[in-house]
Amino acid sequence: MRKLLILLTFIAHPVLAVQPDEMLKDPALEARARAITINLRCPVCQGESIDDSNAPISRDLRLAVRERLLAGDSDDQVIDYVTTRYGEFVLFKPRSTGSGLVLWLAGPLMLLAGAGLAYATLRARASAPEPAKLTAAEQAELDKLLHK
Amino acid sequence: MIIELGHFALILAFMVAIVQTILPLWGAYTCDGRMMAVAEPAALAQAGLIVLSFGALTYGFVTSDFSLKLVVENSHTAKPLLYKISGVWGNHEGSLLLWALCLAIFGAAAAIWGGNLPTTLRARVLAVQGSIGVAFIAFMLFTSNPFLRLASPPMNGGDLNPLLQDPGLAFHPPFLYLGYVGLSMSFSFAIAALLEGRVDAAWGRWVRPWTLAAWIFLTIGIAMGSWWAYYELGWGGFWFWDPVENASFMPWLIGAALLHSAIVVEKRESLKAWTIFLAILAFGFSLMGTFIVRSGIITSVHSFAVDPERGLFILLILAFFMGGAFVLFALRAPILAAKGVFALVSRESALVANNLLLSVSAFVVFVGTMWPLFAELAFGRKLSVGAPFFDAAFTPFMVALALILPLGAIMPWKRANIGRSALPLLGAAALALAGLALTFAVQTGRSAVGPIGVGLGLWVVLGALVDLAQRSGRGTAIERLRRALRLPRADWGRAVAHIGMGVTVFAVAAMTTWLREDIRAVNIGESFPLGAYEVKLVSVSDVQGPNYSASRAEMLVSKDGVAVATLFPEKRFYPVAAMPTTEAAIDQGIFRDVYLVIGDPQETGGYAVRGYVKPFANWIWGGALLMALGGLISLTDRRYRVAAGAKARAALPVAAE
Repeated sequence: MRKLLILLTFIAHPVLAVQPDEMLKDPALEARARAITINLRCPVCQGESIDDSNAPISRDLRLAVRERLLAGDSDDQVIDYVTTRYGEFVLFKPRSTGSGLVLWLAGPLMLLAGAGLAYATLRARASAPEPAKLTAAEQAELDKLLHK
Repeated sequence: MIIELGHFALILAFMVAIVQTILPLWGAYTCDGRMMAVAEPAALAQAGLIVLSFGALTYGFVTSDFSLKLVVENSHTAKPLLYKISGVWGNHEGSLLLWALCLAIFGAAAAIWGGNLPTTLRARVLAVQGSIGVAFIAFMLFTSNPFLRLASPPMNGGDLNPLLQDPGLAFHPPFLYLGYVGLSMSFSFAIAALLEGRVDAAWGRWVRPWTLAAWIFLTIGIAMGSWWAYYELGWGGFWFWDPVENASFMPWLIGAALLHSAIVVEKRESLKAWTIFLAILAFGFSLMGTFIVRSGIITSVHSFAVDPERGLFILLILAFFMGGAFVLFALRAPILAAKGVFALVSRESALVANNLLLSVSAFVVFVGTMWPLFAELAFGRKLSVGAPFFDAAFTPFMVALALILPLGAIMPWKRANIGRSALPLLGAAALALAGLALTFAVQTGRSAVGPIGVGLGLWVVLGALVDLAQRSGRGTAIERLRRALRLPRADWGRAVAHIGMGVTVFAVAAMTTWLREDIRAVNIGESFPLGAYEVKLVSVSDVQGPNYSASRAEMLVSKDGVAVATLFPEKRFYPVAAMPTTEAAIDQGIFRDVYLVIGDPQETGGYAVRGYVKPFANWIWGGALLMALGGLISLTDRRYRVAAGAKARAALPVAAE
């Protein structure tokens, strides 16, 4: 069993993740909990959110998130709560601060640079002089060839 | 014995590939016709030898020859025949052999159908193709040989990963590889053209069918993988922005850009250097995809360290081909002067915008995929980049692409007037806006993604139809229909592919916004509501499969008291691999899928059950298939057939567009 397969098992351990007994009674609060857990990465499995993962630690984290919500934390506070314990590795949506800014700005900056370059090139080309007209001698030569 | 023959054939193919690389290149350089003529038989021989080698490995898997290390690791006697065969490429070594097989087949195809290419160009294309073959066969022989024997064969094997034992995934890798490797043809053409120092309309016409074919395979391969993820992984997602998925998505995006820019080279002899650059880049992303998947470096830097030899080898291949190609490009690009002059507002410019958006979106995927690795190496930060980033950073480019698509497709070449081009599209725009507004009004206070998807989808689909209608000229409906049917297939291909894009855009938005989900514990005999449906858990029984055991639930789906479907979701256990899997049961419909998953028994009694109603799910893959179909129609356009068959050339004048 080689790496592709290992990778595939990591992205997708196909067992039920969120269990019915974990879910909160209040549907609004439960919806918030799901929205949070879906964006938190399971610390021990690769590439799975704690919402999808069936690892025991993910279950604990799901319960912890719900506990914090019941205690009245805001969404951001809950996310901070998990991040301070497990590091920013658990954030599927990386922070846009510090070096993280580069990641978020890379696309838009590339688009601006590309658009600027394309615009400059195209405008230069559009305003390039039409190919020079034939000289009188060339025209005469052409006519001679064409009407021979 | 047969295995040894396969092994020997692979070594021989390696030798042939070396000859195929060196002699024709030297021949093209010295204008020696005899040396150049080596290319074709060598390409055919290489293909034949690798087919033989692949056949031998397949034979080993089918007969469960457990003296082969690879078979022991990836097969089992109880496995169904289909998965014994798909097990050949369901592992590192075998998938490389498949890679080399696709590569050699494309090379042989170029040798067979390349009769109308200039001699030196053909020799160089085949030589470059051969050199890629050398690299990959060497990779196999020296680091990942599929034909290694075991001294003491065990009684049975370790089985293929149960997740991969699925018809959808059995054929997903071959398609994907045909796509990946097909882009090597565009690369070979690009390098050959740079060596020749000549890129013209004819080159554009030769390279486009190969790119198109590769892109069609890639489209189908990605769609299959996504569909597999949807029904097999058990929570009905269709795209996870996983590094392995991104690895196939980047070449697809660049390939799509290349397809469009090659049109400009073919029709207008402009954007030559850019097209060459894209052709190199597209194959570069294919190689990098192989590197990402094979080295496992993205998942974890440490898994790379476990097997650095292989990762390093691919990295060397990548560095050699990309480094060499870009140096050559830098040396030769300045002589590729553009011929066609065009205004800032023209179809050429619209295609430049298309290329810009596709390339930047591929760049975003690239940065997002590589960022965790970069951040760890550069700043020592361990972080993750997942779906929320890609959704936020990638989607805007696709929205912009869909917005400009109909307008760009309808603009004339050379010089256009936005107002005049947009006029016929006013109806489509009005309808799309109406659709957006209506959806927004009807849905109850949820995100704007759904309505925007409806609007964009309508705009792209209607835009493609308006384009066809415009081309059918004036007159009665019947005259116009007749004329439309006689339009070049390239026009139809474009319309169908663009409609496919519109359908996919709409379906992705619709499925993610209007999804219904329900998770609960259900007792046997109990019913629960799921969207507009009522689902009853009738029974749960144990069943035995060929190489697994499963508990299978019988669930009755009804709507307003009328039975809609009986579904049998399963939870399987594969004892050899010691792995559980879920088999979701899906009632597929045109407008929605009902998707049911059965889980573990609960302490409180009953079973955990997940139910989804997924609106327009099939439209996602339907749209992808339409894109592939559009490519296929375009591939059968007369100008390529005319170009391919010299006999017909005199009889058929080439269509103007």
